[in-house]
Amino acid sequence: MDSVPLVAYLGLGLFLFTTGAVGVIVRRNPIVVFMCIELMLNAVNLTFLAFARYSHATGGAATEQVQQSFMAGQMIVIFVMAVAAAEVAVGLGIIMAIFRMRQDVDIDKMNLLRG
Amino acid sequence: MQMPELTPNLMFFGALAGLAALTGVGVVALRDPVRSALSLVLNFFMLAGLYFSLNAEFLGIAQIVVYTGAIMVLFLFVIMLLNLGGQKQSIEPRDFKVPFSLLLGFGLFALIASQLFQPLMHITKVATPSDWGSPQNLGVTLFTEYVWPFELASVLLLLGLVGSIMLAKRRF
Amino acid sequence: MEALQNLNPWLLALVRVVLIVGFLLSIVPGLIWWERRLLSWMQDRIGPNRVGPYGLLQPIADGVKLFFKEDITPSSIDRLIYFVAPAIALFPAFTLAAVLPWGPAQGAYAYLTPIADVNIGVLYMLAISSLGVYGLVLAGYGSDNKYSLLGGLRASAQLISYELAMGVSLGAIVLATGSLKITDMVVAQEGALWGLIPALQNWNLFTPFGFVAMVVFLICMVAETNRAPFDLPEAENELIAGYHTEYSSMKFAVFFMGEYAAMLVFSGVVTAVFLGGYNLLPVNWEAMNLGFMQRVNDLGAPVWFIGKSAFVFSCYVWLRATLPRLRYDQLMSLGWKSLLPIAAANLILVASWIVVTEIYGAMIGWGFLLGAMFLATLFFLAMQRSSRALESRELLLVDEAQPRTIELVDPGKAVS
Repeated sequence: MDSVPLVAYLGLGLFLFTTGAVGVIVRRNPIVVFMCIELMLNAVNLTFLAFARYSHATGGAATEQVQQSFMAGQMIVIFVMAVAAAEVAVGLGIIMAIFRMRQDVDIDKMNLLRG
Repeated sequence: MQMPELTPNLMFFGALAGLAALTGVGVVALRDPVRSALSLVLNFFMLAGLYFSLNAEFLGIAQIVVYTGAIMVLFLFVIMLLNLGGQKQSIEPRDFKVPFSLLLGFGLFALIASQLFQPLMHITKVATPSDWGSPQNLGVTLFTEYVWPFELASVLLLLGLVGSIMLAKRRF
Repeated sequence: MEALQNLNPWLLALVRVVLIVGFLLSIVPGLIWWERRLLSWMQDRIGPNRVGPYGLLQPIADGVKLFFKEDITPSSIDRLIYFVAPAIALFPAFTLAAVLPWGPAQGAYAYLTPIADVNIGVLYMLAISSLGVYGLVLAGYGSDNKYSLLGGLRASAQLISYELAMGVSLGAIVLATGSLKITDMVVAQEGALWGLIPALQNWNLFTPFGFVAMVVFLICMVAETNRAPFDLPEAENELIAGYHTEYSSMKFAVFFMGEYAAMLVFSGVVTAVFLGGYNLLPVNWEAMNLGFMQRVNDLGAPVWFIGKSAFVFSCYVWLRATLPRLRYDQLMSLGWKSLLPIAAANLILVASWIVVTEIYGAMIGWGFLLGAMFLATLFFLAMQRSSRALESRELLLVDEAQPRTIELVDPGKAVS
C-alpha cells in the first residue's frame, strides 16, 4: 500500500480505540461493554500491524532490531487474538452465571462489592 | 502538509476505513445488542480487509475465522440465550455519563493524536518485504523465536476452556 | 487457450466467476430432483414423476409455485435483520466455490480454474464456511418467534462445535501436503501411491490418516450444512421448521437454494481434498505409457469432478434416508467427545509420521503410522467404554414390584 501514510492507519486505530473506550463507559449492557473491549483490542491490533508494516522507515538507519520487528508486530497480534478468545469464553461464562443468579444483567446494579 | 495523491490504494483504504469507523460507532450507538453485534461483525470484516491491504494475509483470514466465525457467534448465542435483545433491555437512561464520556473520549483522541501524529507524518513508504504476512513466514517465526509464548498461549486457552466450563456448570 | 490468455484480467476473472455461479444456480433444481428421486427409491416409493419426463421438471414447477405464493411478512419482526438473513444464508456457498479447482492448471482449462488460487486456500474455506451460521442465527432472531429463536440458538452452537473438528481434520491434510492451497493438494494427490507405487495415485482417501480425516470431515460437513441427521436447527417435528418458520415464498426458496448449493460445494471440497480432485481414476496413465488415457483424463476433468461431487452429494441423501435425527446432547457429545479428539489425534500422528519418515525413511514411517494408529484406536475405544459406563443410567418407567391395578371410583361416593 504505497501512498497510504502510516498516520492514516494510526488515526483509524486511535478512533476505534476511543470509540470503544467511550462505549465501555456509556453502555450498561455487559455484553455490549464486552464488545466495546473487543473493539479496543482490534484497534490496537491494527496499530501494531501498521507500525510493523512501516517499521523499516521509522528508525532512519535500519538497525537489526528494526529488521526483526516486522515479524514481532504480527506475533503480538496472534497472541492478542488468543487472549481475546480465552477472555471472551470466560467473560461470557461469568455473564451467564450472573444472569442465572439475578435474572438481570444491568451492569450498574452489580455493586455487591461496594461497602 | 500537502494532500496525498488520490490513488486506487488510497481510495480502497478510505472506503474500508470509513466503513470501519462507521460500524465502530454503530457498536456503541445502536441500542439493540444484536445490532451492535452485527455492526461489530462488519467492523471486523473491514479490519480484515485492512489487514489484507497491509499484506498480512494470514492474520486477515485469522481475523475472520477467529473473530467473526467464532467469537461473535458466541456473543450472538449468549445474547439470544439470555434473551437480552428485547425491547425491555434497550432502554438505557441518558444521564450525565454520556456528555462526560464523549468529552473524555475526545480528550484522549486529541491528546494522543497531537503527540503521536506530528513525528510520524512523513512515513508513507512501506519497507517490509511484501510476503511478510504469508503463512510460511509466520509459521517459521512462531515456531522458532516465539515458541515459548506460543506454548503459554495454548496453556492460557486451555485455562479459559476449563474456567468457562466451570463457570457455566450448574452443579458441581 | 491463447485467446483467454490475452483477455483483460478483469474480464477473465468475470468469465471464471460467471462459469461457477451460473453452474451452481442452474444445477440446484437438478439436485433437488435427484434428492427426491433417490430418497424415494431408498424408501421404496416412486417420488415425483408427473411433471416432465421422470419428473425432471418438478423443481421448476415447485419454483413457480413458490414464486406465486403469498409473501407473508410477520408484523413484529426486526425488519432489517429479517430481510438480510436469507441473503447472508445464500452467500457462503457461492463464495466457497471460488477456491475449488475443477480442472488441471495446464491444458484445456488453464486460466479458467479456480477463480482464485489463494495461498491460504484452506483457511479461506474455513472462514467462509463459518460465516454460514450468520444467516441461520439472524433468521432465527429476526423472526421474533420462539421456535425460530430456538432454531437459531441450536444452529450457532452446532456450527461452532463442528467447525473445530472440521478445521483440525483438514489440518492433517495440510500437514501431509505441506501447503494451504487446494490446487497444491490436488497435485500432491497425483503423486505415487504411499510414495511407493508410481503407477497409482496417492489420493488422500487411500492413506490411513487421510481416511480418518475424511470420515471426520464428512460428518462435520453434514453438520455444517444442517442436513439430516444433524438438522436440529430446522427439526420440523420439534421446532416446526426452526429458523425459517416465518419465511414464506421466495425468501424461503432462497434458504432452500443456499442449502443445496452449500451441499454441492462442500461435496466439491471433499472431492478436491480427499478424492483426488479432477482425476478420473487413481492411476498415473503416463507412468503406464498410456498417454491417450491421460488426455482423456485431462479433457474430461470437469465431468469427473462434478461426477465425484454428485456421488458425495448422494451420500448426503443416503445418510438422510438411513439415520434418525440425533438428540441434542448426542450431537454435542459426538462433536466434542468423539470427532474433535479423533481429529486432533490424527493431526498429531501425521506430524510425527512426517518426522519419522524424514529420519528413518518411508517404510519405517508407514510402519510407525499404522502401529500408532492401532494403539490410538485401542486407547480411544477403551476411553469410550469407560465414559459410556459413567453415562449409562437406568430409568424405571414402571415398577414391576408394585401391583398395577386400576381402582374404579364410584361416582356416587366421590360427590359426597
